[in-house]
Amino acid sequence: MSSPTPAKWGLRTLAFGYLGLLLLAPVAMIFYKTFEHGIAPPFEAMTSPDAVHAIWLTLLMVAIAVPLNTVFGVGCALLLVRHKWKGNAIIDGIINLPFAVSPVVIGLSLFLLYGNDGWFGPTLAEWGFEVLFSTPGMVLASVFVSLPFVVRETVPVLQEIGTEQEQAASTLGANAWQTFWRVTLPAIRWGVAYGIVLTTARVLGEFGAVTIVSGSISGETETLPLFVAKAFEQFDEQAAYAGAIVLALLALTTLLLMSIGGRRTKAGASGPIPIAGDAAISTSDTKEGS
Amino acid sequence: MAIAVEGACKRFDDFQALDNVSIDVPEGSLTALLGPSGSGKSTLLRAIAGLETLDAGQVTINGEDATAKPAQKREVGFVFQHYAAFKHMTVFGNVAFGLKIRKWSKPQIEARVHELLRLVQLDGLAERYPDQLSGGQRQRMALARALAVEPQVLLLDEPFGALDAKVRKDLRTWLRRLHDEMHVTTIFVTHDQEEAMDVAEQLVVMNQGRVEQSGSADDLYDHPANEFVMSFVGEVNRLGEHFVRPHDMQVVLEADERTEEAMVQRIVALGFEIRVEFVLGDGTEVWAQLTRAELQKLELIEGQIVYLRPGQAKSFSGDSSASGGDGASTPHRFDGEDDAEVTAAA
Repeated sequence: MSSPTPAKWGLRTLAFGYLGLLLLAPVAMIFYKTFEHGIAPPFEAMTSPDAVHAIWLTLLMVAIAVPLNTVFGVGCALLLVRHKWKGNAIIDGIINLPFAVSPVVIGLSLFLLYGNDGWFGPTLAEWGFEVLFSTPGMVLASVFVSLPFVVRETVPVLQEIGTEQEQAASTLGANAWQTFWRVTLPAIRWGVAYGIVLTTARVLGEFGAVTIVSGSISGETETLPLFVAKAFEQFDEQAAYAGAIVLALLALTTLLLMSIGGRRTKAGASGPIPIAGDAAISTSDTKEGS
Repeated sequence: MAIAVEGACKRFDDFQALDNVSIDVPEGSLTALLGPSGSGKSTLLRAIAGLETLDAGQVTINGEDATAKPAQKREVGFVFQHYAAFKHMTVFGNVAFGLKIRKWSKPQIEARVHELLRLVQLDGLAERYPDQLSGGQRQRMALARALAVEPQVLLLDEPFGALDAKVRKDLRTWLRRLHDEMHVTTIFVTHDQEEAMDVAEQLVVMNQGRVEQSGSADDLYDHPANEFVMSFVGEVNRLGEHFVRPHDMQVVLEADERTEEAMVQRIVALGFEIRVEFVLGDGTEVWAQLTRAELQKLELIEGQIVYLRPGQAKSFSGDSSASGGDGASTPHRFDGEDDAEVTAAA
């Protein structure tokens, strides 16, 4: 690296200052406020029945929405990249919808569809199936808002790896299923993993759509973000801060799990992970055989 | 015949990649599909492997109609130009892939993989990952991977195309020896006529989705079916309706009825070979390949007027009246150059 010039120092200070002011300071404040009086008050706040239920419900949303969107996302990416078709552009556009539409609007649209006057609501109610103000509606909202992440992260990786490895697998006798598990998935795993992390973070933090379809009933349809908002409105700052910290920790845990999991897949049963830099060094002194 | 393709047609949007192609590949032979890019040679190879589905035509492998079989059931070994290495697997894992799919036992896999790694001289690199190998090593790994499952045929798509000249030359000698040992029916695709002649026993020359001619290297060089084959397999000069190889171009100092006047434009010494470039009266540029001794005898200098006598001139037009080199030259005329179906000699 060249020696830093005053201009570089200026840019660095600016970048740091910007991040510090906008991101670090608020998060640090939450940490400070939560643990201002030790660990007991936040612990107490988070062990109340409503809080425990909110944590459990949030994890349930993640447990349902993330696998659904992962399977759908990888499948959809395969369809978009590997099976060229005119309708792909339309599918591609629809997948971006959750990015384009505000979560509140998504919540409202679900309300219109599954409410008492909605298209599906009355029929489903006849069959004794409640969507709104209960778990199914919240799952729908969570799946909706977090749908694009796995697709968006997987498509470029699939394009990048190309089809040759898959074709090689097929000439070696592998069927489509074996090729997917043994060749395609390991090759795209980092893209998928990153998509899963983003999906999880989105589901954990989802507020707008879930607020509308859940009715935010404490101890019943209240996820952690809703719990935090309600606590804040009711001036129970301790519970609000503690809830926020739990949310942040959950997201961090996901990130950690994915990077550990990803590493394990790479190493497999056959030794250490080659690091790109190492590989370059070892190749340069490997003499060409004949 | 180990591999037979009958009337293969393949179209990509508005590009006719294969236009009624038929080839026969004898059992145990080493055949080269030779042609410029876009000639359909790779498409033909991929169609044999089942990686491309034909619009029309039939592929027969060892007497069995394979046209409708998917790639995974054709039992062909395929080697890609850019190796197609499984990057997340070690060299061992790559070579073992086909065996694991076939559910071989662990000790069997172990033994077979190491046998193959010895064969391709990669023993000791089993635990490396592909990105820790050089290009030549990667391609040998890919070859071991393809051979591991004992394929009925081995198909190589420009296997040395991504390697540098030195490695390419070593590898093709090595491939030749490997084929002599293994005797597995092999087809390889190349755009390099020297490589094709060096490695293959039989060549199939393709152009614009058609087979122009097939046969041994000598056949193609001495008896080319048409202008394309003549100019693709070796160097060629065009003199009106006639085609002459530069080494068949005789340079004389005195005119007779069979010679043509030419001016020496440039003399290039390429080691033992001398390349002499001429301009004819009508502005046509031709060149002759002489030996050092011939040049010294003629004492040519640039700007000199000499006379060219085309020996072994060939004409493909079928119009004998245009023949200017009758007598000394032996013009071969070939009929049916449109006939894409040429059966190769075994």
